[in-house]
Amino acid sequence: MWKFLHKMASPPYFYKLAKTLAPWFAVPGILLIAYGSFAGLFVAPPDYQQGDAFRIIYVHVPAAYLSMMGYMIMAIAGGIGLIWRMKLAHAVAAAVAPLGAAFTFLALVTGSVWGKPIWGTWWEWGDPRLTSELILLFLYFGYMALRGSIDEVAKADKASAVLALVGAVNIPIIHFSVEWWSSLHQGATLLKTGGPAMDSAMLYPLLAMILGSSLLFGAQLLRRVRTEVLYRERRTRWVRNMILSPEAPA
Amino acid sequence: MNSAAEQTPGLLAGLTATVRRDLLLAWKRPGDVLNPLFFFAMVCTLFPLAVGPSVEQLQFSGPGILWVAALLAMLLSLNSLFLADFEDGSLEQLLVSPQPLVLLGLGKTIAHWLTSGLPLVIISPLMAMTFQMPLESIGVLMLTLTLGTISLSMLGSVGAALTVGLYRGTALLSLLILPLAMPVLIFGARTVSLAAAGDVYSGGIFALAAYAVGAVSLAPYATAAALRISNE
Amino acid sequence: MTAKLSANNLTLIRGERCLFTGLSFALGTGQLLLLEGQNGSGKTSLLRALVGLLELEEGEIVWNGEPIRRARQAYFKSLVWLAHRVGLKADLTLVENLQFESALRPIANTDFNAVLERLGIERLKKLPMRSLSAGQQRRVALARVLLSAADLWLMDEPFTNLDRDGRQLVDEIVGQHLSNGGMCVMAAHQDVEIDAPTQKLVLE
Repeated sequence: MWKFLHKMASPPYFYKLAKTLAPWFAVPGILLIAYGSFAGLFVAPPDYQQGDAFRIIYVHVPAAYLSMMGYMIMAIAGGIGLIWRMKLAHAVAAAVAPLGAAFTFLALVTGSVWGKPIWGTWWEWGDPRLTSELILLFLYFGYMALRGSIDEVAKADKASAVLALVGAVNIPIIHFSVEWWSSLHQGATLLKTGGPAMDSAMLYPLLAMILGSSLLFGAQLLRRVRTEVLYRERRTRWVRNMILSPEAPA
Repeated sequence: MNSAAEQTPGLLAGLTATVRRDLLLAWKRPGDVLNPLFFFAMVCTLFPLAVGPSVEQLQFSGPGILWVAALLAMLLSLNSLFLADFEDGSLEQLLVSPQPLVLLGLGKTIAHWLTSGLPLVIISPLMAMTFQMPLESIGVLMLTLTLGTISLSMLGSVGAALTVGLYRGTALLSLLILPLAMPVLIFGARTVSLAAAGDVYSGGIFALAAYAVGAVSLAPYATAAALRISNE
Repeated sequence: MTAKLSANNLTLIRGERCLFTGLSFALGTGQLLLLEGQNGSGKTSLLRALVGLLELEEGEIVWNGEPIRRARQAYFKSLVWLAHRVGLKADLTLVENLQFESALRPIANTDFNAVLERLGIERLKKLPMRSLSAGQQRRVALARVLLSAADLWLMDEPFTNLDRDGRQLVDEIVGQHLSNGGMCVMAAHQDVEIDAPTQKLVLE
């Protein structure tokens, strides 16, 4: 078991492994998203309260979920890199940041679009989830800005890992405080689908979208980490050998 | 001669010495303490100038404006927490001291709060009166500002340690700390609003106190780690 | 000779450059290690790694049988660091600075005045550091070294800004420290005339 993990931590081994793994994530992911999108748009019945407007949850919920997951991956990878000094972990953290930020942005846009028919406006400060997502976007920007300001890669890795860990500890607190803040104002309808329990015809496409998006996220992350590893190790012997060898390009 | 030291500092010696030294330094440069206070007062003045002097409007938003002004004033002063020591090389000496870096960093942050946060708390009633805040809520304002500025100093010390010596450090520091400071702002400002409206506000006070306790216990470790990383 | 300070196979990478690799040495009591090399050759970086400020890519530094990565506090207790920047507060007086420093690390000699006398700066002790010349400030930094109870002195270009008397003073102080069983690692540009067993490490 330790030998496997040790092997995993080696950049050249991971580089090859990620290449073979990525399609196994991407193909099921795309298939699930295809099913989820179709079923979500055409098969699931309209919501008794929101009509067809609720259908955006099929994009919004996976995006919001992945935006949080992305930050957690960033923080955990950073922590592993910091404590166990694993270079690959730092590469994962660097690679996931823009990906997570993009999904956060997507969650915000879809959340705003969802809100328009319900609130009548493109933005409602009273909605705690939307406000929390916005703060999460700022956290991502701060992380990427810190990374960008430090020239030396090793130093940037360590500093941003500390920041990500501090942010991860604060995220539950931010959520709780924004919930409390919005609860002080009555009258802001929250973004959620109506009904005591979700109809299974509504639920299955949602689960498919969540799972499919996660798999696709994983596939993208693997590819991004590969690129990140290649860049970081560009001066090492194994990269040079790989580029110069006569076999097909990686 | 080199075996037994004639005087070995105790565990807290570094902490108290650091607090004392930074207070002494602030004493020699009183302008550094006054600047954030003037900034606080000026930001408080900006809002009535911008949104108009309507009394109900100002009374309603008073707590929020005061809190945002305090937050910004704290941010302004946080950049210099480690910068001077970084530039003259005395920060390095702290890093190679056998005294725990966690306590040395905590000492500097305590001194920073005493020279930035505490003065804000003391002059806040003055600014609160210009917003026609009811007298009872001024006490709550001072309490929330005390707890809040302590949390902000702690949180800010992590950000200051991460950005010390970086190009455009102040802007980056603000970008890093502001999202993390939002819970403090929310709890602080909204609690004072509740008090001004005569509602129950104890929940907010407890939340602020809990945050402050958490920040004081955990932030110094992150600050110490960040200081080592920034000094490589 | 039992090596108290030893380095095994050190590799240091800064930014994109590999400063040195496979570097090793062993230093025993009473010995001086002299680091020589051109500007930018990595002398300061090696010293900072020895002090514990920089992380090494590979290799280990061992003090008294324990790697310093694990026994940090004990290592810091036994060393004193004289960096290129003096590390003293410009607004505080000499005495205020040294008083602060005595809370940071073990002090061998609480008699400040005698040490300041020796360094020729006793009459300056009430002045803020800002009013002192660069050479005088360097002497105050030397006071930090003299006052400490550290066995290991790590010095980066200690002769900077010093006049001939000052340089002679450094030679004397270090020589005395070494003959009393102390150790020193020094990066220096100029010739050092210290009467003690010396190892030289030249960095390219």
